[in-house]
Amino acid sequence: MRPLTEEETKTMFEKLSKYIGENIKLLVDRPDGTYCFRLHKDRVYYMSEKILKLATNISRDKLVSVGTCFGKFTKTSKFRLHITALDFLAPYAKFKVWVKPGTEQSFLYGNHVLKSGLGRITENTEQYQGVVVYSMADVPLGFGVAAKSTQECRRVDPMSIVVFHQADVGEFIRNEDTLT
Amino acid sequence: MGRKLDPTNKVKRGPGRKARKQRGAETELAKFITDGDIPQFFLCLFYVQGFTDENSKWLKPVKKKQKTDESEEDSDTEWEEEEEEEQEEVKLQPQPKEEEEDDDDDDDEEMVDDYGTVNDESGEKSGEEESDEEKKKKSMAEESDEDEDEEDEEGEDDDEDDQSDGDMEEEDTVQANIDEMDKFRLPGAEEAEKEAVLPLDLKTVYQRIKDNVDVLCNFSSKREEGKSRAEYISLLKKDLSTYYSYNHFLIEKLMDIFPLSELVDFLEANEIQRPVTIRTNTLKTRRRDLAQALINRGVNLDPLGKWSKVGLVIFDSSVPIGATPEYLAGHYMLQGASSFLPVMALSPQEGELVLDMSSAPGGKTTYIAQLMRNTGTIVANDANADRLKSVVGNIHRLGVTNTVVCNYDGRQFPKVMGGFDRVLLDAPCSGTGVIAKDPAVKTSKDQVDILRSAHLQKELLLAAIDSVNAESPSGGYLVYCLKYGNCVCVCSRVTHDFMFLISFFFPSCRFRERRFHPSLQLTRRFYPHSHNMDGFFVAKLKKFSNVIPTTPSDKEDDVTEASEGTTAVESAETKGVKTKKTVSGQAGTAHTNGTPAKENNKKTNVKSKRKESPPAAGPKRAKVAKLDAQTVKAAVKKSDQSKASKAAKPDGKKLEKKNATKMKPRIKKNRIGKNKFNKLKKMLNKQDDVVGQC
Repeated sequence: MRPLTEEETKTMFEKLSKYIGENIKLLVDRPDGTYCFRLHKDRVYYMSEKILKLATNISRDKLVSVGTCFGKFTKTSKFRLHITALDFLAPYAKFKVWVKPGTEQSFLYGNHVLKSGLGRITENTEQYQGVVVYSMADVPLGFGVAAKSTQECRRVDPMSIVVFHQADVGEFIRNEDTLT
Repeated sequence: MGRKLDPTNKVKRGPGRKARKQRGAETELAKFITDGDIPQFFLCLFYVQGFTDENSKWLKPVKKKQKTDESEEDSDTEWEEEEEEEQEEVKLQPQPKEEEEDDDDDDDEEMVDDYGTVNDESGEKSGEEESDEEKKKKSMAEESDEDEDEEDEEGEDDDEDDQSDGDMEEEDTVQANIDEMDKFRLPGAEEAEKEAVLPLDLKTVYQRIKDNVDVLCNFSSKREEGKSRAEYISLLKKDLSTYYSYNHFLIEKLMDIFPLSELVDFLEANEIQRPVTIRTNTLKTRRRDLAQALINRGVNLDPLGKWSKVGLVIFDSSVPIGATPEYLAGHYMLQGASSFLPVMALSPQEGELVLDMSSAPGGKTTYIAQLMRNTGTIVANDANADRLKSVVGNIHRLGVTNTVVCNYDGRQFPKVMGGFDRVLLDAPCSGTGVIAKDPAVKTSKDQVDILRSAHLQKELLLAAIDSVNAESPSGGYLVYCLKYGNCVCVCSRVTHDFMFLISFFFPSCRFRERRFHPSLQLTRRFYPHSHNMDGFFVAKLKKFSNVIPTTPSDKEDDVTEASEGTTAVESAETKGVKTKKTVSGQAGTAHTNGTPAKENNKKTNVKSKRKESPPAAGPKRAKVAKLDAQTVKAAVKKSDQSKASKAAKPDGKKLEKKNATKMKPRIKKNRIGKNKFNKLKKMLNKQDDVVGQC
């Protein structure tokens, strides 16, 4: 387990800021203690200093997970967010999409969101903006990227894709092995 | 050739010829069944028949009317059997056989129906007529023997025996077989032999078990003259292991544990699946909201019970309960009701440092986090790396952020880190698991397996004790729990391991040949038949001192310490889950340590009603004990030794090697002394106090 390098931090923050924008500083400066990011086996974990200290007791090969896993660095050193980060993305998300109850299940199986299943969308969402997907009951279901801007969404036909799927909570079951 | 039946003298009628052909296959089947597990449908079958049995009482009057027509209809069947009947008039058969006969008949009938043979007619008759028929059959209990005899070469001998045996009971047999219960008698040696060749069908066995238990419960009034209790018991054992497919070892163990009246209930309960329960994740939602959301999805549910504010029972569901959007969003966790209890007993407080020694699949870990409201730190350990994946998945799904997940062997844990406020040790069943989920356990476990895992458990418990920080202001507790859904663990783990283990600390307890401390009665066990959850054993212990008693040099002190410990036991009340115990070299220490513990207890009582009687007499008693101990030291040593040799045989070499002249309590201390704690705190070199609260 080690702190992230300058470059890794930059890559990761860029990715995070696509979803939560400047709210990212709320993640680092928290009123309830110091929180930090650590890299362990290519995964980035987000944890409080207190837990970090404890975790140093555990040898590297025996340590499985600390705090919350945000995502991982791929072999090409890009950063990929995991669904496990949703708990921290959802509260701070700048752009949101709500899907209708019928589409919920489809999204949870890994499908894109079509116009027909779109319940609401944040005003002024631009194309390719990272968005967090909610059910109509305001339960966060995952996140993705807006395929169309809000204006375009109004015009397109019902079968066209409005949000590209990136991660959904169904992965807790589907990809349990690779989450961390 | 219709023939009117005389209701007062019931005609015996056996299966038709074709039915008899089926017989071979059926007995074959019975063999398989007794060998292996009982297919569910067989059980159902037999239960149904048992039910119709009872109906025969009140259905009687109808019989008279219809007898005539029926006999006409069935004339051909009867005709086939006439020859038999004639013989049967004379012959008799022991009581237990009756049941078997009924059953055979019914089975045959059903099987024959499939092939559309003679009995088809009767199969299609109205319900009344059917019951009528059955009644008749019941009344003619005897045939089975004859049938068997005809098929068996050895039939001749048996016949004679049967005759002599049964003469006395003939009248009863013919008139009323309803009250067989009253005249249950043990089968003779010949019958036992016959059984070995042709195993009884399960319903007979079941009936016999019930009768047998009934007799055993009222032994003085219902016993048969000249038969000893041991004979009844050995028959019961045999039947139980046949009917429920346990091996003899387990049945024996179970009989030690449960009173007979409860034993059958317990075994029966093990055959039934527990209801599905879920736990609300209060980190993300409230139970009311969750229940509403699930009801909207077509789930039929109810609150779990007054004792839990987060549990829901699922009765049925139109959607898979493990894949609803609410589940995926982490609003609840599928978790057996029994798994709530150890965590409730642990009652972790906010901001504490908690260790979950075998955490997979994360149900208890997340419950702990939920009770701590995501504050403090939880270390979730499991020895199996694969199972840890589900822990990680569940932790993240439920939004738990205060957890460190690691993959150590629990026994090494004190070397990794210590100083935990609370430790939860959910001792692994070493693959025995829960019998309702894995029937193989019933037949595959024997003494060796159990002892092996007993040893592992002991090491784990010692490691857990070492990991607790007794000086913790809010904690210092260890919860030890065992899931046994079944006998394997009931007997092995709980009584042998845990009690055995705890008897290190409380050398004066008694369980059968072994002695256990009375305070162990305060531990809590949950059985499937009484609580409708998987079997569970929970014990809560409080550690009083971090000081490790040491050094091979002062053996004598250790001896006295141990004996003092026994006397300084305080026990709690009500729900019975509290035991307190001190092992101390000096009475004073025990006292000071004991007092804060008492205070803490109030806070952490799970079931809220448990209180602890203050250890007022603690120090005094300890002192007295010390004196006593010195005077009787030799005696104590001796008894402990003998106990050790008796009890420790299982745990084997490790102990026995050391144990040539030493007593068990001391050995245990030595073993603690070997771990890292000892090295770190060598300088302290005094004694430790451990208090159990269960």
